[in-house]
Amino acid sequence: MTATSPTDVPAPDLATEGSEWLTRIARSAEAVVIPLIAMVSAAVLFSIFLLFLGKSPVEFFNLLWVGGYGSAFSWTNTLVRAGPLIFTALCVAIPARLGIVVIGGEGALVLGGFTAAAIAIPFLGWGAPWLIQAVMFVTAAAVGAAWIGFVGVLRHYRGVNETIASLLLFYIAVAIMNFFVEGALRDPGNPNKPSTPAIGDANMVGDIPGTDIHWGLVFAIVLAIAVWVLMNRTRFGFAARITGGNVRAARAQGLPVGRLVVVSCAIAGACAGLAGFFEVAAIQGRANASLAAGYGFTGILVAFLARQNPLAIIPVAIFLGGIAAAGGLVQRRMGMPDATVQVLQGLMFVVLLVSETLYGRLPFFRGKR
Amino acid sequence: MSAALDTTTEARAHRAVSLETIGMTKRFGSLTALEDVSIKVEAGTVHALLGENGAGKSTLVKCIMGFYQPTSGTVLVDDHEVGIRNPRDAHAHGIGMVYQHFTLVPSLTAAENLVISRAHPPAVIDWRKEMRGLDEFLSRMPFKVPLDVPVSSLSAGEKQKLEILKQLYLDQHFLILDEPTSVLTPGEADEVLGLLRGMTRTGDLTILMITHKFREVTEYTDAFTVLRRGKMAGAGKVGAVSVDEMSKMMIGDATIREGAARTPMHDQPVVFEVAGLFADGDEGLPAVEAVNLKVHAGEIVGVAGVSGNGQSELVEVLSGQRDASDGRLFIHNKPFVPNRDHMDRYKVFGLQEEPLRNAAVPRMTVGENISFRIFDKPPITTLGWWLSPGPMRARARELIASYRVKTPSTEELMENLSGGNVQRAVLARELSSQVDVLIVANPCFGLDFASVAEIRAQIMEQRNRGAAVLLFSEDLDEILELADTIAVMSGGRIDYVVPAAEADRTSIGRAMAGH
Repeated sequence: MTATSPTDVPAPDLATEGSEWLTRIARSAEAVVIPLIAMVSAAVLFSIFLLFLGKSPVEFFNLLWVGGYGSAFSWTNTLVRAGPLIFTALCVAIPARLGIVVIGGEGALVLGGFTAAAIAIPFLGWGAPWLIQAVMFVTAAAVGAAWIGFVGVLRHYRGVNETIASLLLFYIAVAIMNFFVEGALRDPGNPNKPSTPAIGDANMVGDIPGTDIHWGLVFAIVLAIAVWVLMNRTRFGFAARITGGNVRAARAQGLPVGRLVVVSCAIAGACAGLAGFFEVAAIQGRANASLAAGYGFTGILVAFLARQNPLAIIPVAIFLGGIAAAGGLVQRRMGMPDATVQVLQGLMFVVLLVSETLYGRLPFFRGKR
Repeated sequence: MSAALDTTTEARAHRAVSLETIGMTKRFGSLTALEDVSIKVEAGTVHALLGENGAGKSTLVKCIMGFYQPTSGTVLVDDHEVGIRNPRDAHAHGIGMVYQHFTLVPSLTAAENLVISRAHPPAVIDWRKEMRGLDEFLSRMPFKVPLDVPVSSLSAGEKQKLEILKQLYLDQHFLILDEPTSVLTPGEADEVLGLLRGMTRTGDLTILMITHKFREVTEYTDAFTVLRRGKMAGAGKVGAVSVDEMSKMMIGDATIREGAARTPMHDQPVVFEVAGLFADGDEGLPAVEAVNLKVHAGEIVGVAGVSGNGQSELVEVLSGQRDASDGRLFIHNKPFVPNRDHMDRYKVFGLQEEPLRNAAVPRMTVGENISFRIFDKPPITTLGWWLSPGPMRARARELIASYRVKTPSTEELMENLSGGNVQRAVLARELSSQVDVLIVANPCFGLDFASVAEIRAQIMEQRNRGAAVLLFSEDLDEILELADTIAVMSGGRIDYVVPAAEADRTSIGRAMAGH
């Protein structure tokens, strides 16, 4: 063995711009391939489940395709569902960057939607539609922000586990809405289902011209891009990533950890609150128990599948929106319960969590050191 | 029962064994951790195993203990080849190991710890009989430990003695000690090593000791073996080989940076002041009590102490990771709060122990990690908010080159770098601009000689440029080498502060023990 002379130490491993690109591409490829492997595995497991029930997996996946993406009609159904999923997935993805697992976005959605419907009542009959919509929009975002922001406050200042707290606050949110919807704010003209008074067709958010899809989808996509920019191209996002990656290092850098946690949770809550706003202002026209339709919980799956990346959330939300849209078709054609697609979603989630252990272990992505 | 059995036990109890490895090689995949290492430890001697971190010392002893199966090579005990497949086999051959950190059950008494450590303790323990046996056992031992108090209330020295007693109680006559004095005060270390050496002299024991303290080698061992990069780099009798030659064997032909000379400083102002600081530990108990310190410009104040006496809590308070329960900090006589604004304004920087835990984000890139101090300032951040990755990478490339951080690119994740390179990246970040106050904690822990020399030289350079440096270290030699003023922390308090020129090991050792 020849002795290494001290002069040749620094030369071999200098950073170059070319190798920077390669490293980044390899890492992105890993973040795509591993979730794909997980989805295929989940599909295989689900096929076994179907075979046990005596159903044909081929028929199921074919119906899934037809019901989700097979026609203009199914695309409409899919995209209408994708909008709220983007919002609620952002509610998971933003705090996740700080290492905080918020699973109660549904609560912010419900309360945001309800307060938006409630604040509109005094304006009905005289306010211009743009004014009513603006007031509803701001209210829903602010209430959602306060709701999940409160989770951040509990977590940072009182050490309360944010996952449990946000989940329990969801039940409280539903209770608050029911209290008003079945009491003071109940619309007397709607005896069957307790609801707030309708905001009226004139005040509803319209559809994208030439489609039956409301503007919520466009807004959700713009918001996802904006959140990506916030997290990756601003000093706020950078500080948030330091905090999420190592809170001890963040404190040693003098970063305001508490403020970052609370502000991130508030932004997340605002996203979920906006999902509620569009459900009320573009679809239901009023607030009632159907607001808690499970978008907040499916959004958790979307965010995890997208690896908490706001841009990846957009296609993933469309993917899962399609599965949800096909649920009815599967139910009718195969004589299977509506919950079948939820079994599929649950399987996907479990397999996805297991696949987390694969990162950094696939030799293909390791490259040469 | 029978007289014959008693005499064989008696005979075994006074028999130190010799141990030899022949051609030990251990490969982990493509990495050769140990290559053709043959060492010989004579019966009844203390043998030092020397080498830098990563030289293969622990791989070798793990192969001897049966934690690893060597790729090739054999172990001889008393010149007979023995097959050791697992630690239980090693114990059966009388080979025991004392680890760097304690393996006792804190809530049990010493007696209980000893009895449950046996391979086959009885299902129902007859304590009266066991205590008689233990008393008889202790009467043959050179050191005593109170048997009936919980281990948690023993001092570190007593715990270390108990660990060694445990091995002797299990009838092991070949002890492997892994840096046995790292948790002891100098006084305790001398006592334990002296007693162990006494036992080898009477032929009761053979010892193989991993250490990196040359003082312990020259004073307490008979022979030594040096490993470097997994290979034998030398061996010999202590006394026949000088310390310089030993360290050359450890380091090889790598060049070690010369220690920076100490520029004389006179009548410098106080820059950093800690006044009446109190803080609680993780369990809510007081960990730092009424600490006062003054650091002048161009001065290194070294805080010595045995690990766990409040140093880490104090460092955490000073670097903003822990809230103080009382007390103030001042820089240039103005109140200092360890937040980002004040750190920037007063140019406060830090090098903390375990940088991956305290100073870096493992899952962010090297380029991002190097930019933690400057990401929110121009040219990286413009318009107050907008962050541009271009200037960030450009600056990172400069720092990576000038601090010789070995990384494929700025985009590599920090967690993929080796320990020395992580520390170097942090060094590049914290020391590349004007530093007025520097807080350092065990900066060289786990690094090789070349990195250690480099880091110590950098710290000295900052001092010479006029920075006020507060250095916490569990390595007394590091403090003695670098500090202008030495403070000793014990039981959460700092009651002993002397100029380095007037310091001596004995009084520092006494202060570390809390006297």
